[in-house]
Amino acid sequence: MSEIKQVSGTCIPLILDDIDTDRIIPARFLRCVTFDGLGEHAFEDDREQNPNHPFENPKYQNSSVLLAGRNFGCGSSREHAPQSLMRWGIKAIIAESFAEIFFGNCTALGVPAVTASSTDVDELGRRVEADPQLEVKVDLVAKKVTAGDFSCDIDILDSARDALLSGQWDFMTLLLENQEFIKQTAEKIPYLNQFA
Amino acid sequence: MSEKKNLFNKVWDLHNVGTLPTGQTQLFIGLHLIHEVTSPQAFAMLRERGLSVMYPDRTVATVDHIVPTDDQARPFKDLLAEQMMSQIEKNCREFGVTLFDISDSRQGIVHIVGPEQGLTQPGLTIVCGDSHTSTHGAFGAIAFGIGTSQVAGVLATQTLALGKPKVRRIEVNGELNPGVYAKDVTLYIIQKLGVKGGIGYAYEYAGDVFDRMTMEERMTVCNMSIEGGARCGYINPDQTTVDYLRGRPQAPQGSDFDKAAEWWLSLASGPDAEYDDVVTFDASDIEPTVTWGITPGQSIGINENVPTLDSFEEDDRAGVQEAYEYMGLEAGQSLKGVKVDVTFIGSCTNGRISDLREAAQLVKGHKVAPGVKALVVPGSQLVLKQAVEEGLDKIFEEAGFEWRAAGCSMCLAMNPDKLKGREVCASSSNRNFKGRQGSPTGRTLLMSPAMVAAAAINGHVADVREMMEPVGV
Repeated sequence: MSEIKQVSGTCIPLILDDIDTDRIIPARFLRCVTFDGLGEHAFEDDREQNPNHPFENPKYQNSSVLLAGRNFGCGSSREHAPQSLMRWGIKAIIAESFAEIFFGNCTALGVPAVTASSTDVDELGRRVEADPQLEVKVDLVAKKVTAGDFSCDIDILDSARDALLSGQWDFMTLLLENQEFIKQTAEKIPYLNQFA
Repeated sequence: MSEKKNLFNKVWDLHNVGTLPTGQTQLFIGLHLIHEVTSPQAFAMLRERGLSVMYPDRTVATVDHIVPTDDQARPFKDLLAEQMMSQIEKNCREFGVTLFDISDSRQGIVHIVGPEQGLTQPGLTIVCGDSHTSTHGAFGAIAFGIGTSQVAGVLATQTLALGKPKVRRIEVNGELNPGVYAKDVTLYIIQKLGVKGGIGYAYEYAGDVFDRMTMEERMTVCNMSIEGGARCGYINPDQTTVDYLRGRPQAPQGSDFDKAAEWWLSLASGPDAEYDDVVTFDASDIEPTVTWGITPGQSIGINENVPTLDSFEEDDRAGVQEAYEYMGLEAGQSLKGVKVDVTFIGSCTNGRISDLREAAQLVKGHKVAPGVKALVVPGSQLVLKQAVEEGLDKIFEEAGFEWRAAGCSMCLAMNPDKLKGREVCASSSNRNFKGRQGSPTGRTLLMSPAMVAAAAINGHVADVREMMEPVGV
């Protein structure tokens, strides 16, 4: 697994609150057995109803950093949501806050999901709208976002940051290392041992 | 020492395998439930790495999301659905996992099937690639939804990397008024604490109201924890829990059951248990509750009016404006009288036998209003069978409801049951997100099954209490 320290690229602003995973990837696209092809359906219904939706707007098409509001990714546990964003081209998400399951799914895919204050999100949004080519850098080492002469602090759960920085964000390898401890734990759980 | 520990911390500590280099806990999972939507990619990850399922006997699969509720002949008309069905059959066969497929009388919505079979028990850690896994917390289990990569991790190691949440105790004391149901209680809590209020927390529901609830009512409440942002919600096990589990096929049998019950009851948070936060509500403040917006927190009591923009914090107003526009509702208006096109009784929130009984009791002797499409979808094949034995199917059909086979149906638009265009649906499900019920412009009003029944008969949103027999003298 690769170490993820910085993500840079142009930024797509979608500063709304409570964007749920049904909006990110409508349920009909979950009728699949692989995650292939989900990228093109990201925000499909929102885009169809709003020709000015950022994901529809040509000037944001090559963005790799998504800027969002509060409680981003609430609702269903579908990993299809971050998968569709990632396959669309998103490599990092900055938001005021995230729903927990979505956050965990992002980390497991190696997509840093970092939080910034409302003031900073709004200010960064203004700058990106004024200059869609502005390069935005998410720096997990320094815990900062920089864009031109703008810079702000960001936050991310220490465990997720450590996993991304050390390249251990695919937790499978870590979990597999502890087979013996797993078996020992199972041996002391009453319902696995006739409630003895 | 231990009496200061609440149930959550007792169960967490018991399942703690160790601390990972990332600082997270590696948590042992007692029961892994899987379904056809979020598992195929996980099995593919196992194949890619040459891994097997570590504890196949702690893993149980069912099919629910994509199952058609009318014509269930195989192959399904929807070829994508058929492909998913074949995939889970193949995966379960190859990896040695028990599957309740549609030919099995145990099949149904995963969160209805687990408790029904007695798989869901106090003191377990339970995960499923589905956010409504919080339902199982009704038994005093730690139960929560996970993503597909995590499903792969649990299949391969029976563990999960997780940070420990804080615990908030939510007490609702006093007596609920007639016509107020578990669904109203959970919608009320979400309205008061907000859809983000539970982020970082597990919710412990406690107090008179939850103590008196049946297991099915408790499941409705815990089911919606995630709609309040809490990944997990639970209720301490008590005699009601033990009585529910006795005799269930997968529950311990004979003298093992008594040993189990003793252990289960010992897990409950004691009077000295400590919490990170405590909030209390008064049961008598809760009315039949209906959502007016596009998040489950945007709800009002049936006698209230849609709130005005200036009653919200400035930060929230953009979202509120979006909700008014999408729903076609105006600030200050009543929801009573809002016409409905479709009514849906079912889902993992309210698709159990008690939900169908409540609704049937109101429906008996009435007719669905002209022009309203009314669906009743039992949450499992066993719920369906029980309802038929009680004649509930006849009551619904005579009133003009469509009586369907078990599945997730119109909760989430992955099967043929969907809204069309801007239809308005009175729904006993859990999410009123934009487009949730299958039409990108469809509108959902969440409410209790009894309120859905009232809406079906009146053709518009109505106060169910006006249809009920007066209670007492």
